[in-house]
Amino acid sequence: MNPDGIGTTTTTGAPPAAGSKLEAEAIRKALSATERPPRASAASAALSFGWRGMLKVKHVPEQLLDVTITPVMFVLLFTYLFGGAIAGSTGEYRDYIMPGVLVIAVLFTTVYSGIAINTDLTKGVIDRFRTLPIWSPSPLVGSLLGDCVRYLVAATVIVVLGLILGFRPDAGLPGILAAVAVVILFSFGLSWVFTTMGLVMRSPNAVMNAGFMTIFPLTFLSNVYVDPDTLPAGLEAFVNANPISHLVSASRGLMEGNVESENLIVALGTAALFTAIFAPLTNRLYRRS
Amino acid sequence: MSENGNRKTLAIEASGLAKSFGETRAVDGVDLAVRTGTVYGVLGPNGAGKTTTIRMLSTLLLPDAGSARVLGYDVEREPDEVRGVVSLTGQLASVDEDLTGRENLILLGRLYGLKRDRAKARAAELLEAFGLADAAGRLVKTYSGGMRRRLDISASLVITPQVLFLDEPTTGLDPRSRNQVWDIIRTLVDGGTTILLCTQYLEEADQLADGIAVIDHGRVIAEGTPGQLKASVGSGALHVRLLDPDDRPRAEAVLQRNLDSVHREHDPAALSASCSDAERGAEAVAALSAEGIGIADFSLGQPSLDEVFLALTGRPPDEAEGEGQTDTDDRQEAA
Ligand SMILES: Nc1ncnc2c1ncn2[C@@H]1O[C@H](COP(=O)(O)OP(=O)(O)O)[C@@H](O)[C@H]1O
Ligand SMILES: [Mg+2]
Repeated sequence: MNPDGIGTTTTTGAPPAAGSKLEAEAIRKALSATERPPRASAASAALSFGWRGMLKVKHVPEQLLDVTITPVMFVLLFTYLFGGAIAGSTGEYRDYIMPGVLVIAVLFTTVYSGIAINTDLTKGVIDRFRTLPIWSPSPLVGSLLGDCVRYLVAATVIVVLGLILGFRPDAGLPGILAAVAVVILFSFGLSWVFTTMGLVMRSPNAVMNAGFMTIFPLTFLSNVYVDPDTLPAGLEAFVNANPISHLVSASRGLMEGNVESENLIVALGTAALFTAIFAPLTNRLYRRS
Repeated sequence: MSENGNRKTLAIEASGLAKSFGETRAVDGVDLAVRTGTVYGVLGPNGAGKTTTIRMLSTLLLPDAGSARVLGYDVEREPDEVRGVVSLTGQLASVDEDLTGRENLILLGRLYGLKRDRAKARAAELLEAFGLADAAGRLVKTYSGGMRRRLDISASLVITPQVLFLDEPTTGLDPRSRNQVWDIIRTLVDGGTTILLCTQYLEEADQLADGIAVIDHGRVIAEGTPGQLKASVGSGALHVRLLDPDDRPRAEAVLQRNLDSVHREHDPAALSASCSDAERGAEAVAALSAEGIGIADFSLGQPSLDEVFLALTGRPPDEAEGEGQTDTDDRQEAA
């Protein structure tokens, strides 16, 4: 038997210190003070979770480095290192690649939505959220709304850098803004895929690896970097079918003022499809896990 | 309690609650009846099924079998209504470590439907009451274990819940923080909240609970008030350590005249005997002195959870489980 486990009768029920008496009084008062308000609306709950996402960025602004540095490196690398070789001149290649870099910069960010959800799942706070009397998908919708702000940051960095480097698309600022809007809508849809991954995979690292292993090839096998006409036939077919190619074409078209509606439809249709499939799936997995 | 009043006075009722994870029967037919305004202790070792039970009662897990009601609402069919009346302070910290204490409470206030100003005021009120005002603006991950627990409990009180689930609220806390948490729990019950308290410590259940269910391997193996439970276990023990080990045989004979099941401990100078009554224990010690046997120290203790388990199940609480635990931890570190 273990004598350490035995509480002697003399040590139980130590008298509370004066400090804790006071505390008890304050707690009693704090308890009687609340009345249950009407439930938060779905929108208000989702926005509160969006606010939570923003606070995390506020506390650890470094997490935006990923979102900003990678795309900056892409722009500089491709424009100055490969531009001359691929397109004959840096300026020409910059104009070709900018709308595509906008797309990849923002799409890479969507992987973090899955990582964030996976990280949340390993913490107890998610249990508290799930026992609140709120619209049940609001933590998910809210965090994706928060993520949209990150997408906007990534997009802004690219656009500003492009403008500094002399990128002046024909459709001007309205064209750029329209392209950014379409890219963010697409990303919102795509991020549901990664939240689903985030809920089925075992660690944030696994989500990161799987996420980037999906998104890397898909962006490289698109028309971001090169004109698909220059590719072998099989690859060309794949690249042309890739929804990311359509998104890139839509982004280029909007910036240049000659967008083809087919590209817009495929890009936004894909986003809607992802949302229709993966949002309910995410929600189901989230409620169950 | 009259028969027709019974229904109303029960805050939590569960019958035949069961949940398996693969081959593991985590909860295997648990019945509970918790009266409104009381603290009910669910006492059991690691892996007994406490957390799983709480998760089913708080709508986080669907039971495989059985049913449960919280304030009359069915946890399976009316989860939203249940969520409207309960709060949960889980075993893992159920606050967001990457936010400050204040932000955590404001967020919850907003989610409960408080207006922005009201949520801020409420957060300030709670932080003050729980002695966290100075740390309000710090990230929770910088908090000590005791502060975290207090924040966690205050987070459950943003809107005063009618039923509060507390899962091992003092595990890992130093004695001072533990006493603070106990004081908080007592205050809450005075205020009329019903509390379901999961714990591994008999002393905790004894200090706080009006009723206790001892669970092991997903089953309730004993139930009653703390007094009944301890009595059924044969209650406490008297431990005596002698100045001179050579006196032990004589001391043993003296104790046998006064108490039951006297036995020699590993320590060659120590003896213990079962003893449910402080007075008889004192008499036994006095008898030793009267015989001129020198006593180094003695203690009269409540049975530990180990002893309760030994008495109820004939074996100490799951040594195997403890080893399994370390295995898991190792694996997590290796991963
Ligand atoms: N999500 C889960 N998946 C698989 N096994 C689980 C899961 N949750 C709990 N268990 C198992 O169920 C049993 C009861 O666990 P739990 O309810 O956490 O016990 P306690 O809270 O009393 O320590 C343990 O054997 C545990 O390993
Ligand atoms: Mg547990």
